[in-house]
Amino acid sequence: MTSVGLHHFVLLSAVLFSLGIACAIARRNAVAILVGIELMLNAAALNLAAFSRFGALRAEGQLFVLFVIVLAAAEAVVGLALILAIHRRLRSVDVHRADSLKG
Amino acid sequence: MTEFRLLWLIPLLPLLGAFLSGAFGYRLQRRFGERAVAVVSVGLPWLAFGAAAWALLRLLSQGDVHALGARLWTWIAVGGLKVELALHMDRLSGMMAVMITLVGSLIHVYSIGYMKKDEGFWRFFAFLNLFLFAMLTLVLAGNLLLLFVGWEGVGLCSYLLIGFWYRDLKNARAGMKAFVVNRIGDFGFLAGMLVLFWGLGGSWSEAGYRPGEFFSLDFAELPRLLSGAAQRTLWGVPVPTLAGVLFFVGACGKSAQIPLYVWLPDAMAGPTPVSALIHAATMVTAGVYLVARLNFLYLASPTAMTVVAVVGAATALFAATIGCVQNDIKKVLAYSTISQLGYMFVGVGVGAYWAGAYHLLTHAFFKACLFLGAGSVILAMHHEQDMQKMGGLGRVMPFTRWTYWYACVAITGLPLASGFFSKDEILWQAYNTAGLGVPGWFLWLLLFLGAGLTSFYMWRSYFLTFTGQTVKIHGEEPEEQRPVITGVLAVLAVGAGVLMFVGLPEAWLGAPPAFEQYLEPVFKHGGLARVYPAGQGHGVELLLMLASVAVAAIGLGLAWWFYRGRSSAVPERLRAAFPRLHRLVQDKYYVDETYDAAVVQPTLELSRAASWFDSRIIDGLVNLSGGVTRLLAFLDGAIDKYLVDGLVNGLARLVRAAGAAARRWQTGRLPNYLAGLALGTIVLFALVRLLQAALGW
Amino acid sequence: MEHPTTSTLLTWIIFTPSIGLLLIGLLLLTRPLTQLTQATLDHLSRAIGVFFSAVPLVLGGLLWASFDGRATGMQLVHHTVWMRAFNIEYFVGVDGLSVGLVLLTVLVSFVAALASLPWGIARDDHHHFSRRAVPGYMAMLLLLETGMLGVFCALDFFLFYVFWEVMLLPMYFLIGIWGGPRREYAAIKFFLYTLVGSVLMLLAMIALYFASDPGALGQAAFTLADGSTGKHTFNLLNLAELGRQGAFGAAGPILGVAFPRIVFVALFIAFAIKIPMVPFHTWLPDAHVEAPTPVSVILAGILLKMGIYGILRVNYPILPQATLWAREAIAVFGAVNMVYAAFVCLAQKDLKKLIAYSSVSHMGFCLLGMAALTPQGINGAVLQMINHGIISPALFLIAGVIYDRAHHREIERFGGLARRMPEYTALVGLSFMASLGLPGLNGFISEALTFLGAFPVFTVLTIVSAVSVVITAAYYLWTIQRMFLGPLNEKYASLSDLNWRERLTLYPLGALMLLLGVLPMPVISLMDPTLRALIEPLARSAGL
Repeated sequence: MTSVGLHHFVLLSAVLFSLGIACAIARRNAVAILVGIELMLNAAALNLAAFSRFGALRAEGQLFVLFVIVLAAAEAVVGLALILAIHRRLRSVDVHRADSLKG
Repeated sequence: MTEFRLLWLIPLLPLLGAFLSGAFGYRLQRRFGERAVAVVSVGLPWLAFGAAAWALLRLLSQGDVHALGARLWTWIAVGGLKVELALHMDRLSGMMAVMITLVGSLIHVYSIGYMKKDEGFWRFFAFLNLFLFAMLTLVLAGNLLLLFVGWEGVGLCSYLLIGFWYRDLKNARAGMKAFVVNRIGDFGFLAGMLVLFWGLGGSWSEAGYRPGEFFSLDFAELPRLLSGAAQRTLWGVPVPTLAGVLFFVGACGKSAQIPLYVWLPDAMAGPTPVSALIHAATMVTAGVYLVARLNFLYLASPTAMTVVAVVGAATALFAATIGCVQNDIKKVLAYSTISQLGYMFVGVGVGAYWAGAYHLLTHAFFKACLFLGAGSVILAMHHEQDMQKMGGLGRVMPFTRWTYWYACVAITGLPLASGFFSKDEILWQAYNTAGLGVPGWFLWLLLFLGAGLTSFYMWRSYFLTFTGQTVKIHGEEPEEQRPVITGVLAVLAVGAGVLMFVGLPEAWLGAPPAFEQYLEPVFKHGGLARVYPAGQGHGVELLLMLASVAVAAIGLGLAWWFYRGRSSAVPERLRAAFPRLHRLVQDKYYVDETYDAAVVQPTLELSRAASWFDSRIIDGLVNLSGGVTRLLAFLDGAIDKYLVDGLVNGLARLVRAAGAAARRWQTGRLPNYLAGLALGTIVLFALVRLLQAALGW
Repeated sequence: MEHPTTSTLLTWIIFTPSIGLLLIGLLLLTRPLTQLTQATLDHLSRAIGVFFSAVPLVLGGLLWASFDGRATGMQLVHHTVWMRAFNIEYFVGVDGLSVGLVLLTVLVSFVAALASLPWGIARDDHHHFSRRAVPGYMAMLLLLETGMLGVFCALDFFLFYVFWEVMLLPMYFLIGIWGGPRREYAAIKFFLYTLVGSVLMLLAMIALYFASDPGALGQAAFTLADGSTGKHTFNLLNLAELGRQGAFGAAGPILGVAFPRIVFVALFIAFAIKIPMVPFHTWLPDAHVEAPTPVSVILAGILLKMGIYGILRVNYPILPQATLWAREAIAVFGAVNMVYAAFVCLAQKDLKKLIAYSSVSHMGFCLLGMAALTPQGINGAVLQMINHGIISPALFLIAGVIYDRAHHREIERFGGLARRMPEYTALVGLSFMASLGLPGLNGFISEALTFLGAFPVFTVLTIVSAVSVVITAAYYLWTIQRMFLGPLNEKYASLSDLNWRERLTLYPLGALMLLLGVLPMPVISLMDPTLRALIEPLARSAGL
């Protein structure tokens, strides 16, 4: 039985990222999109932590993870606020209805 | 020639009068009344008379001097042309100047009475003074061009004075007719001047004009120039003949001869003093004066002399026939003036210049007297001029009657008045002529018949006006005029009588008449005072004299029989017997109507055609070219719009279509963008990998 | 080339009106600062307009005093290089031909400025041209004066052309803005007509420039004002010198026509339009009828003279051979002008149109006189320009007087005006008489000289032209009769006689008519030597 190595983490991260992106693209609910984005961010954070453990990045990797967590929190705040604003205007969080950018 | 600068006073004094009454007369008349205007504008002509008489005496006192001269400044000097503002007084122009100023001043005096209470009193005198200035310039001018100034100046004054009462359009029309007809004559004058100037100074040939050494328009120089130029021709006509005939066209206009006489009867629309001064005594004689002044020219051309004499004789008879049936007293006098001017032209036309000048002088007095007498009658009749409505005025207007009577004696050529001598001299000289294009007896015959008619119609006017039952105007008998009028009549009648003593014929005295001797220096060129005498004896002359007295007596007798006391029925029967002839003559042979149809209407028609051509054809072409340009511009614009702009717009439309297609991608849906983002990233990665693989990085 | 006198006087005369133009511009530009009311601005513009056209008049007196009438060459010359690349110079000067016209221009321009003042009758008429857009009007008037003076003084063909065009523009605006009801049509017609001529002139000028090569005659190159040399020239005097030596006869033909002839014809048409010569005359009646009175005054008084002046200044000296070739045609055109236009006059119903056509008729005298190449003829022609330049402004002022009062100009609709307007009638009579050539007034002198000069050369043609004398008398007298004589038309019983502005403009012109009629020699002697020097070589080769 081999020990858990770097490629496990990378694989997991890739799966997570893919799930996140799929969620963000496929779901019409804005909150779900936000969740997808969270997934992608955390996939990235996982990557950073893994590389901090196994690669050349030492403290910097963990530092960036912290940054990502903070960023994710801030992003969630802004994102939720936007969703609230959209909801208030459209009475819905279906992003297909928020298409005023349509050309 | 002796310099005598004061000659300028003679024309300039009346000019000063014209200026003063023209510029200030209105206010003078308003503030001080007519008298103030009269003092200025009647006083100055008398002063001019004094100056003229003084100058003439001075000329005569210097026996060997041919003429007096006075030069102001060089008027025009260009190339060979040098014209001085110079006056020239020889015995002929001296006689004319004295006559004009004397008769003119008398008529000015008369006008004070005649124009009384006319609001245009000042204007009348301004024009009258201006006329004297122009007339004196005409006769005293030292050269042809300055003479032309006076020539047209008198025409202008005549125009102004005929139309003096301009509110009646008939008067204004008469004035205009006079000016325009005169202008046709002036055209002849101008052309004659051109021919004379260049014809005497050089010569025309096949190759063009060859100028000579010396050109002139001076009366003092022209005879000398002519002596070397008599053989030259222009258009195949000898220069003297051509110039002579052209000048005579001018004279015809001014002196109312066939075919340009038509203005004079109409000119009677002016106030009567004007008719007396301008249209009887002075202006209309300017043509005679011109021919006399240019005697050297006519002597060089028998053809031109013939033209003058024949036209004169024809006019004399022709106008006399019309005079016989006119009822307007002034019209009778007008035709009589035309006729008498014809006599003068025969005189100067046959080379008897002194006789023409003598008749001019006597005519000035008796015709002025007749006109002023008629004016006196017209005043008494309250501006009624129709003799049919007059009668018996002799009883209430003795002064007017007897002066008119005496003037009639003079004009009809009965002895004991000057007209007899002057007219008979012309008849005799006409008879005694050979070498012209027509025999002398023929001219004489025309004049002889004219004399009979003259006697008839003048006495007719006398009997119709002064004899018979005295008419009443508004229930009152007409009254004799004031002395200011009758006095002038008396002076003129005396003048018409006294003048006979200077013209007593050679057949009576055995010596040439005093007047012929007086004028001899003027007309003597190379010792030839009279060029074409037929050499008839004095016996014939006396015989002719008797004949003309007889024909005058016949005329008088007929008039007496027909019209004395206005009781005879003969005229009425005659009229009924020859109705057509009477109408023809009374309507003046329809000459006016013929001219209107043959000249005036075609001219107006031509002018309308020219105007139409101008605005339709020429301007039409201009506007057409403008229209064509606009059409081209429109076509050009269309090409621009649909072809050139089409290309440009097509490109724009293409871009627009492309944009429309592209906008479909912009759904505005967030997931689509995200999908795009992801897809893009994948594609980019794939590309990078592919490139890496292909290029071997 | 050495000139007897050099001076900047002419430059001052030419550009003084432009100073006024700049001042008016300055007033308009600083209006936000100065806060002038419209009325004050109008008054100031008028004052500037009158003052800056009065100054050239005074300077014109100086010009007269300093001009030597006995000399034949150019005098009071101002000469500097302008554009070296094309040998173009600023070159002004006057000789006997132009001095009279310069004096006429300053006089007529001043009269026109006075006539633009809204005194008297115009005071209550708010649509009167003298009360509309006054600063612009005055500015245009001043610019026009500069252009006209420049044309008469310029001795460099290019400069001449520039001034010629400068003059065109203000005229267009003056007619097009301040004119009558059909002003746009008239202004455009005037502009296009003249522009056609300008194009021809431009082409001919360039052709002459490139044909001017003294090297071909084996002579030294031209010297410019600063001493440098050039191969070609626009200098009219140099061109004339070349023309005398026959240089242009040697130039190659254009379109199969001999070079001098085609250039002559191009220039002649350019100038004939301005004269205006039948059949190029139809712009004139329209322009006159629509133009405001002072503009008509300038148009008739000065602009028409530029055609004749141009022919005498350019065609005659530079293309002598072609002049001899064309002179008979010129004489025929002159006779046609006189007689044809006189007949057209007789049929006119509009007073101003009648006067306009009478101008056409009277300019025919100039053509006839100058074609004869006799001293009397050429003097008559140039004197006729000056006399017509005095008479026709008076005639147009007269038409303006009645138009200001009755608001129409139809001759037939008046009648008996002499009773209400005696002073006016007298001045009309005087002007008409001067115009129809009554001896003793100025028109006669030039007409007589013209006929006299033309007769030995064109005998029949002169006699035919003299018919116009009779027709002229007829249409003027008929006009007087219809307007002033007869019973008074009650509709016009309240018209007032002349006011002071009208007196101020009409009396000086009337006085000049009288004065030049009895004393024409001061004018004739100014120009006679120059004119004789001009025609003498021509007449010699014509064998006159």
